[in-house]
Amino acid sequence: MNAPTELPLAKAINAGLRRSLESNPRVMLMGEDIGRLGGVFRVTDGLAKDFGEDRVMDTPLAEAGIVGTAVGLALRGYRPVCEIQFDGFVYPAFDQIVSQVAKLRFRSDGRLAMPIVIRIPYGGGIGAVEHHSESPEAYFIHTPGLRVVTPATSHDGYWMVQQAIASDDPVVFLEPKRRYWDKGAVAIGSDVEPTPLFAAQVLRQGSQVVLVGYGPTVRTCLDAAAAAADEGRSLAVVDLRSLSPVDWATLGRLTRQVGRVVVVHEAHRTLGLGAEVAARLTEDCFHALEAPVLRVTGYDTPYPPSRMEDAWLPDVDRVLDAVDQALAY
Amino acid sequence: MSDLVQLLTPEGVRRRSDTYDPWVADVDADTVRDLYRDLVLVRRFDTEAVALQRQGELGLWASLLGQEAAQIGAGRAMRRQDHAFPTYREHGMAWCRDVDVLDLLGLFRGVTLGGWDTHRHGIHLVTIVIGAQALHATGYAMGIQRDGAVGTGDASRDAAALAFFGDGATSQGDVNEAFIWAGVTNAPVVFFCQNNQWAISEPLERQTRIPLYRRARGFGFPGIRVDGNDVLACLAVTRAALARAREGSGPTLIEAFTYRMGAHTTSDDPTRYRVEAELEQWRLKDPIERVKALLLRSGQADATFLESVDDEANRLALRVRDGCRALPEPDPAGVFAHVYADLDPDLRIQRDEVARLAAMIEDAEARA
Repeated sequence: MNAPTELPLAKAINAGLRRSLESNPRVMLMGEDIGRLGGVFRVTDGLAKDFGEDRVMDTPLAEAGIVGTAVGLALRGYRPVCEIQFDGFVYPAFDQIVSQVAKLRFRSDGRLAMPIVIRIPYGGGIGAVEHHSESPEAYFIHTPGLRVVTPATSHDGYWMVQQAIASDDPVVFLEPKRRYWDKGAVAIGSDVEPTPLFAAQVLRQGSQVVLVGYGPTVRTCLDAAAAAADEGRSLAVVDLRSLSPVDWATLGRLTRQVGRVVVVHEAHRTLGLGAEVAARLTEDCFHALEAPVLRVTGYDTPYPPSRMEDAWLPDVDRVLDAVDQALAY
Repeated sequence: MSDLVQLLTPEGVRRRSDTYDPWVADVDADTVRDLYRDLVLVRRFDTEAVALQRQGELGLWASLLGQEAAQIGAGRAMRRQDHAFPTYREHGMAWCRDVDVLDLLGLFRGVTLGGWDTHRHGIHLVTIVIGAQALHATGYAMGIQRDGAVGTGDASRDAAALAFFGDGATSQGDVNEAFIWAGVTNAPVVFFCQNNQWAISEPLERQTRIPLYRRARGFGFPGIRVDGNDVLACLAVTRAALARAREGSGPTLIEAFTYRMGAHTTSDDPTRYRVEAELEQWRLKDPIERVKALLLRSGQADATFLESVDDEANRLALRVRDGCRALPEPDPAGVFAHVYADLDPDLRIQRDEVARLAAMIEDAEARA
């Protein structure tokens, strides 16, 4: 077992992909520019060279084609890991994902499995042009048959991508692109049992308000909790990690302990995951709630030009403002 | 049409073809009789299914009337290890893959969304979203390549995928993407397009300015047009294309030129958009009559044989009628079973809700 090393999230996912390719010959990667170039974010850097073009395939520039051929490969016994280059480019593959990949197990009465991972760099904050900063998770969470997960740390990036590939259900694997370069400790090759793929993780204990984040907003929540602590406020932080299913047991337990919850995501507010969190916690923990579950989210507008994004994305100030509102009840 | 491959004229006259005769050189009297039997039984099954829909036993039916030869020809060209990807109209193809006719009714009766073991039969489930399965077939063929099951020369190992779709589907992005992927990867896939001239109410001219088979050239592989009402020609052309795919020479687009004699589905009314005279023209090209003419003229079959096939069709019809009504009703609580590999905790809650409500109603009824 190796000692933990400090790796950026992108390199941690790369290491996880490498380990999956090594351990299972049926695993293969497919996507645009993932071979020779190593992906536009270099997440697949070096893998085509080491595993060959059949297993790390530069595909034609066609997203429906990537996911549609992955369906056929899965039917033939492969475990394809598809990369969609950017969040805003996933929509041409939408039918293949929601009508084909998601439904085949159900339609076949469990005879067919679709062990496909669809990796998507998502979210804003990198000053990108249009269609490169979106948070499409609600579409996939709303689709029965899909799993949706998102790592926030290098450790999770390394483990969760391997767990997603090992899953017999299709997994939409959302990678918070503005955290690709954030470093964290990863024990490569470790045999330590990782946190279950669909479990939420409490990153910080607190007694006054629970901050619920995932992907890119986990860092935002931790920063907000640290700032609040300077003012003598005690905020808990939960990283959901899995968006479908949500670990309601962990969320419910914390809600009953603390009584106030603020959900933070970049995706639009209306019918975003925050709405489901609010509804579900109201159903499950009504008598424990001291305030309505509040949401800090991207606004119900298209993603703005990049010079406006700092004002659009949830940040520490907006989170702390919501905390103030929750505490004012 | 000089570019149409035809081995059997509508009058049942065998036409010679230097290119395709070798592909049906093994077709003897027994084989022709078998093909005739396939055609008649599949048509009879289809006729019964339409009747069952009219009686309210099926929610919908997509009739293959007129397209029997295209499907039987292609279906009988496949080997056990090949894999077909059908649309909702490929009952004849499924017949060739030994899918039970009652299992074909399940989707249309509303008792299942699937119906058969796809691996055992070598035929995928029906895909209803137009053209999506062309990509599945191409991906499956890419898997065949990675398994080293192409170009080995081992007849029991080398395999191919066969994608079915119609003329309307050729306008879909997925089909065109499948052409690109298959061309670029040289995948062992055959695209079998049944051009039945109509996409519900839209004639072929709405989909294309050139004959469909010629599109293949732009994607870098051969395209061929075959008389889709000629079972021998469809058998020969598909055998040749599958052999080419299995040996590692890449994809082929086959355009089977045929005609949808019936409505698009039982919900459709074709009198609103096409004229009777067109139907009359195609009736003269019936896929079954020409085989019957060949059999009788050549002395390969007599009236006794034809009667025996008709008797078998009658028995099949009876089994279809009784079997359809006897298809087991699905258990509503079973809806939660196969959404995920393991029962989801949220779905368990919803399943329990169903059980709780059912128990409550049962309890109330017991008291009443």
